Amino acid sequence: MIKRTYAEINEKIRAGKAVVVTAEEVISMVEERGIEETASHVDVVTTGTFGPMCSSGAFLNLGHPKPRMRMSKIYLNGVEAYAGIAAVDAYLGATQIPETDPANKSYPGHFSYGGGHVIEDLVAGKEVLLDASSYGTDCYPRKSYEKAVTLDDMPYAVLYNTRNAYQNYNVGVNLSERTLYTYMGILKPNLGNANYSTSGQLSPLLNDPCYRTLGLGTKIFLGGGVGYISWFGTQHSPEAPRGENGVPTSPAGTLAVIGDLKQMSRKWLRGVSLLGYGASLMVGLGIPIPILDEEILKYTAVADEDILVPVVDYSQSYPQGLGEVLERVSFAQLRSGRITLGDKTVPTASLSSYAGARQIAGTLKEWIQKGEFFLTEPVFTLPLTNEGVDYKRSVGGELL
Amino acid sequence: MREKMVLYFPESVVEHPLTYSLIKDFNLMVNILKANINPKMEGRIVAEISGDKDDFRAGLDFLHSRGVKTLPLEQEIIWVEERCTHCGACSVICPAGALVMERPAMLVHFDGEKCIICEHCITACPSRAMEVRY
Ligand code: SF4
Ligand code: SF4
Repeated sequence: MIKRTYAEINEKIRAGKAVVVTAEEVISMVEERGIEETASHVDVVTTGTFGPMCSSGAFLNLGHPKPRMRMSKIYLNGVEAYAGIAAVDAYLGATQIPETDPANKSYPGHFSYGGGHVIEDLVAGKEVLLDASSYGTDCYPRKSYEKAVTLDDMPYAVLYNTRNAYQNYNVGVNLSERTLYTYMGILKPNLGNANYSTSGQLSPLLNDPCYRTLGLGTKIFLGGGVGYISWFGTQHSPEAPRGENGVPTSPAGTLAVIGDLKQMSRKWLRGVSLLGYGASLMVGLGIPIPILDEEILKYTAVADEDILVPVVDYSQSYPQGLGEVLERVSFAQLRSGRITLGDKTVPTASLSSYAGARQIAGTLKEWIQKGEFFLTEPVFTLPLTNEGVDYKRSVGGELL
Repeated sequence: MREKMVLYFPESVVEHPLTYSLIKDFNLMVNILKANINPKMEGRIVAEISGDKDDFRAGLDFLHSRGVKTLPLEQEIIWVEERCTHCGACSVICPAGALVMERPAMLVHFDGEKCIICEHCITACPSRAMEVRY
């Protein structure tokens, strides 16, 4: 039996001796050498995903102008950031659009610019126009403020995403006669296409499906920099159906993540516009999985063929909340470019970038090999049961 | 007058000899520079058309009346590779097979030769990596 601790792995990273492979590379290693031998050899498996992730945004501290100001309305390039937190703090959400955007009044709306784009512009070092107003108080007399600002001008800026890295997600299809514009992209009528958004065998939560190493404080790749898992994400549903390999066959776990925006890059935080739906942010996220034992290694060897994804109709079942799944297809089929539904061959497309996921897993591997990135042991791992999520905040009697 | 332009033929007229009419009925010179028909049976011809000004106008009106779209050649679709995330969302939208996901690299490739400038990708691309240039 192989057993490793976080401390032992970090010691090897420090000595430049850790064996790090990506979640793609580990698959062929296990095929060639088997679980046991691979587990004895490999210390860390890196994962990655790069896709539009709503429930993303940034806490920004804008700094005080002189005279001081208690900003009660804040706009950045015309996009409102929620200001009901403190004098000059705001939360800029990825899906917020300018009040002047016609949205779906001219259907399908273009949503060319939103909160995600502001975040991208900020990390790209661009100037954005800050427009703030206030009612004025004795301690904060200023009532309005307009200034072109950059991320450098902000004393603090933290990316805080409350739901990222969905563990398995629907494939969207359209059974109706008209084109649908959804957060799963454009769905052409009569099963014209099938859209998905996951990196499959590279996906962080599909490589540690039972969250043995993922939890509060897990250090991760986030937006091109370093971040941490800060909680389980909203809608975390660990009791979704799972296959024998532990991999959920419906949307299941999610992550809340946090990281300093100032060390992130435009390459991995990209504003996106989903026709007829809205604006969002594409987030690059990667997680290193420590091979503490053979079971974890076995999980990381999950291949596209082993991942089953639910196909859902976005003309009826999804919008009406019917919860019907048409069929389950493997991620291998999805990634091949076509799936078969009934007797129909349907072309597939992704909203997340597999090439990007691959690059993230590779970058994380490099960081660890170079001794620039160490692993952290979580304070507690993500709940695997609804009891843990159930806001009783306790697992097995222990308060979380 | 003489102009280079792109002609788009919907499936319904792709088999009609419209260029022949331009020559015979409108007295125009048509020099075809590039022509192709995509898998959806829509045709695209890049041609230099020249002739008398009034004939030229009448010829174009005739094409438009048959559902043919004409655009000056200067209009092109540009793939801004630096903005492209290689998600592949465009690959099921592009009717001409000009945007293709290459496997196993999982990188999207844009083939301008195949592009029929339908502009579907301009708003379909979440990263706005496709642009029309004139
Ligand atoms: S949809 Fe846009 S970003 Fe995605 S592959 Fe096509 S061109 Fe690139
Ligand atoms: S304009 Fe875009 S969608 Fe249309 S053919 Fe060209 S590449 Fe394809």
